[in-house]
Amino acid sequence: MKQFLFFIRKEFLHVWRDKRTLLILFGMPLIQILIFGFALTNEVKNSHIGILDNAKDDASRAVIQRLEASRYFEVVENISSNATLEPTFRQGKIKMAVVFPVGFQNELLHENKSTIQLIADATDPNVANTLVNYASSIVMDYQNDMRGRLDLPYAINTELRMLYNPQMKGSYSFVPGVMAMVLMLVCAMMTSISIVRERELGTMEVILVSPIVPMRVIVAKMVPYFLLSAVNIASILLLSVFVLDVPIQGSLVLLVSECLLFTVSVLALGLLISSAADSQQTAMLISLMGLFLPTIMLSGFMFPVENMPIPLQVISNIVPSKWFYYIVKNVMIKGLGFDFVWKETLILGAMTVFFLAVSVRNFKTRLE
Amino acid sequence: MRSLLILLEKEFRQVFRNSAILRMIFMMPAVQLLVMPLAADYEVKNVKIVVVDYDHSPYSRKLVNKITSTAYFTLVDYTDSYNKALTLVEKDQADLVLQIPSAFEKQIVREDKSTLFLAINAINGTKANLGSAYLRSIIADFNQEIRLDWVQFPRMNPQPVIAISSINWFNPLMNYRFFMVPGILVILVTLVGAFLSALNIVKEKEVGTIEQINVTPIRKYQFILGKLIPFWVLGLVILSIGLLLSRLVYGILPAGSFLTIYIYAAIYLLAVLGLGLLVSTFANTQQQAMLLSFFMMIVFILLGGLYTSIDSMPEWAQWFTKINPVAYFIEVMRMVVLKGSTLHDIRFHILATFGFAVILNGLAVWNYRKRS
Amino acid sequence: MKAIEVNNLTKRFANFTAVDHITFDVAEGEIFGFLGANGAGKTTAMRMLCGLSLPTSGEAMVAGLDLNTHAEKIKRRIGYMSQKFSLYEDLTVRENIRFYGGIYGLTNAEIKSRTAEVLANLNITNEANVLVKSLPLGWRQKLSFSVAILHQPKIVFLDEPTGGVDPITRREFWTMIYEAASKGTTIFVTTHYMDEAEYCHRVSIMVDGRIEALGTPKELKANFNAEGMSDVFLKLARKAKRGDD
Repeated sequence: MKQFLFFIRKEFLHVWRDKRTLLILFGMPLIQILIFGFALTNEVKNSHIGILDNAKDDASRAVIQRLEASRYFEVVENISSNATLEPTFRQGKIKMAVVFPVGFQNELLHENKSTIQLIADATDPNVANTLVNYASSIVMDYQNDMRGRLDLPYAINTELRMLYNPQMKGSYSFVPGVMAMVLMLVCAMMTSISIVRERELGTMEVILVSPIVPMRVIVAKMVPYFLLSAVNIASILLLSVFVLDVPIQGSLVLLVSECLLFTVSVLALGLLISSAADSQQTAMLISLMGLFLPTIMLSGFMFPVENMPIPLQVISNIVPSKWFYYIVKNVMIKGLGFDFVWKETLILGAMTVFFLAVSVRNFKTRLE
Repeated sequence: MRSLLILLEKEFRQVFRNSAILRMIFMMPAVQLLVMPLAADYEVKNVKIVVVDYDHSPYSRKLVNKITSTAYFTLVDYTDSYNKALTLVEKDQADLVLQIPSAFEKQIVREDKSTLFLAINAINGTKANLGSAYLRSIIADFNQEIRLDWVQFPRMNPQPVIAISSINWFNPLMNYRFFMVPGILVILVTLVGAFLSALNIVKEKEVGTIEQINVTPIRKYQFILGKLIPFWVLGLVILSIGLLLSRLVYGILPAGSFLTIYIYAAIYLLAVLGLGLLVSTFANTQQQAMLLSFFMMIVFILLGGLYTSIDSMPEWAQWFTKINPVAYFIEVMRMVVLKGSTLHDIRFHILATFGFAVILNGLAVWNYRKRS
Repeated sequence: MKAIEVNNLTKRFANFTAVDHITFDVAEGEIFGFLGANGAGKTTAMRMLCGLSLPTSGEAMVAGLDLNTHAEKIKRRIGYMSQKFSLYEDLTVRENIRFYGGIYGLTNAEIKSRTAEVLANLNITNEANVLVKSLPLGWRQKLSFSVAILHQPKIVFLDEPTGGVDPITRREFWTMIYEAASKGTTIFVTTHYMDEAEYCHRVSIMVDGRIEALGTPKELKANFNAEGMSDVFLKLARKAKRGDD
């Protein structure tokens, strides 16, 4: 037992001595949380638009004023003619153009009807859709005000409630995802690299001829990264609660134990990679291609799983981070209890046991 | 000149002998271009709706029919318990709850007014935004139909109507992949440029061959050029493979000219290679180089506007995109591929990127000391 | 003319003087042994003479050129073989020779003829197209040396060239050194093997950044009243205050 503690101490020293790596390991979650929490949002606002005002009358100016006042738009270009419309788009200056016809107000007053044209840059289809929706509703508001706010008969109103995320913050879906990403990186990538490095340097041999039980060597390697992950989990949760205002709706104990379960499963994956890789570069490549990319692409935190083609949806089931993401989202954001996530927890647990079993077996056969 | 050729010959030999690099060069475009656009589909379709109908009137059924007849919504349940509906949302089996109050029809007819209640899972913001917008416009249509049933509007409508016609330029089919694929090409080129060049130089440091090079008459600039040119070429090769794949798999043919893309990419690669070079001057081991470039790439790519609109970012993040070469290239690719922008249209992008190239390479050369 | 003339050469790092005002010269065609315990400063001194590290103060003339002003030109006239293995493991023997020949400005014809020469001398003509990493260590060291003198430099610097090599290969290696010296190449060599020090024409011994002894092995043994070079070395090294680093 005392030997074992010596080993853990040695592993800690390794991690602790490499200040540059340590800085990145602790800095990474911090920066990611800040970027995801503050900079990335699916909300569309301050979009640059251009105006082609062929009317230049009171009505067109009134609509433009409303567009300018809205937080969704920023009028950056006054387009002089139809001919300059396309070049303005091509230079990437605007995402939408609002075109008023000649005699806009006149038509409205005398013919009771006029048409505003919205030209959207559909390069990003969602943004285009959203912008057209916003602009239409602003124009509609103006039209209703023009009519003098008459209450229409037979009206159906709608009352909208945003569940779980009333302020529509991007961070709500990102926090669980960042957690999965950081744990993947710290546990799987760093563990596998550190084991492979010992083999590359030949120090593994020296350790293995010492009287310590080989399995303990492996456990000792995992302990510092396990603790490092625990620190990262704590810092991510603290940041999200106190900086991003993403509250923990469900049970903290449940959330933390799920995180620790995931940590163990990822550590087992790291061990598995280390037994398959023969050089640090290969270990990095495998962790990157086999763990990190699937976490980003298939876990559902950046891209909705239900939109994917069926084969990808099937594959996504073997990505542990998918289940982890689902659990954290439900427990942390929706505040659901264990009875809602027990199935997913079971799957994750089974995966963990499987990975551990395979990697321990692989490690043993490599020793012989 | 001859020294440079000799250096290049050696670098190319080494690259083509390294199976890890070769795998990365040819697997990455394939995997990323084939899987990523399929996975990265933000298009909002199949919003799963559950209707809680407390009314069970002809009107309520008519409304439900109208909603389910559109392509956007899939009805997952039709129930009369709000709690049951909410459970479905909690289990992620539904995105949106539409609650029709009891006496919905009566209220409309007798009191001229009724209120529908929508609850939407807002964890996924895009879906919540667009889903509720679609649903509201369907309800508005429905409202209009009812009104026409009951009210005989005067023949000459005294009220002004502003009609809105909207056109979608550059991507009329609203294909989300046309948006993602050019962006993914940028990521590929960037990874090869920054990652591989950094790792390559650091490896010479780690192995110790750089010492030997330093005592030879090779000049600093020759050594650096010898390292940069192969990866510059590789970057352009990857770009070509990527463009070919996106043509074959997704049918994307740039609206602008290939020449514009290549000219910009050639300058862009200079900047990214400079970045890799800079990283290599800071790192002593491949592990450090890897972690450092990985860290920077994540920040650059996430803040590059690949997934989310730069306009929506807070001011500090927008300032950062001004010094983020990845953001420029993503914009240029989308402009040239989808909008057919010309060299003249992207002249400022070219200028800025050239500036990065000069600054990054300058810093790297300054930092790379042959003699200490 | 002297191949190397060093005058009060000094290198300081922060608050540590690695090389402290050393002065010596090396004659053309001489085999000069540069000895010292680990941490005595000999690698630093050698790196300065090769132009890898800038002197803090002092002058040196290497191959007839001033180190402080013509470091880049000096590089054309010298060869260097470092402690770490200096060939590219993922290139073949022939490719390595071609590469180093090319960067020293040899013509293709010269490279071709010298490659044949080297392969024949080392008796590895059959292994010409084998990756260097699959060669045994002894062969690699001899190949490194051949590559370091491929461009026929005036001086060749060898930094512990025979570390980890078996006695037979070491003897062969020294035969190669003698051969090069007999053709007029000056050899500047550091080593930890005292039997090798006996092979040198003249030897200097560094202690704590200074040169404490300089002369032929015979003179040194007489001065220090010692049996062999090992004794000389031990007597000097015991005075060292700096630890092993």
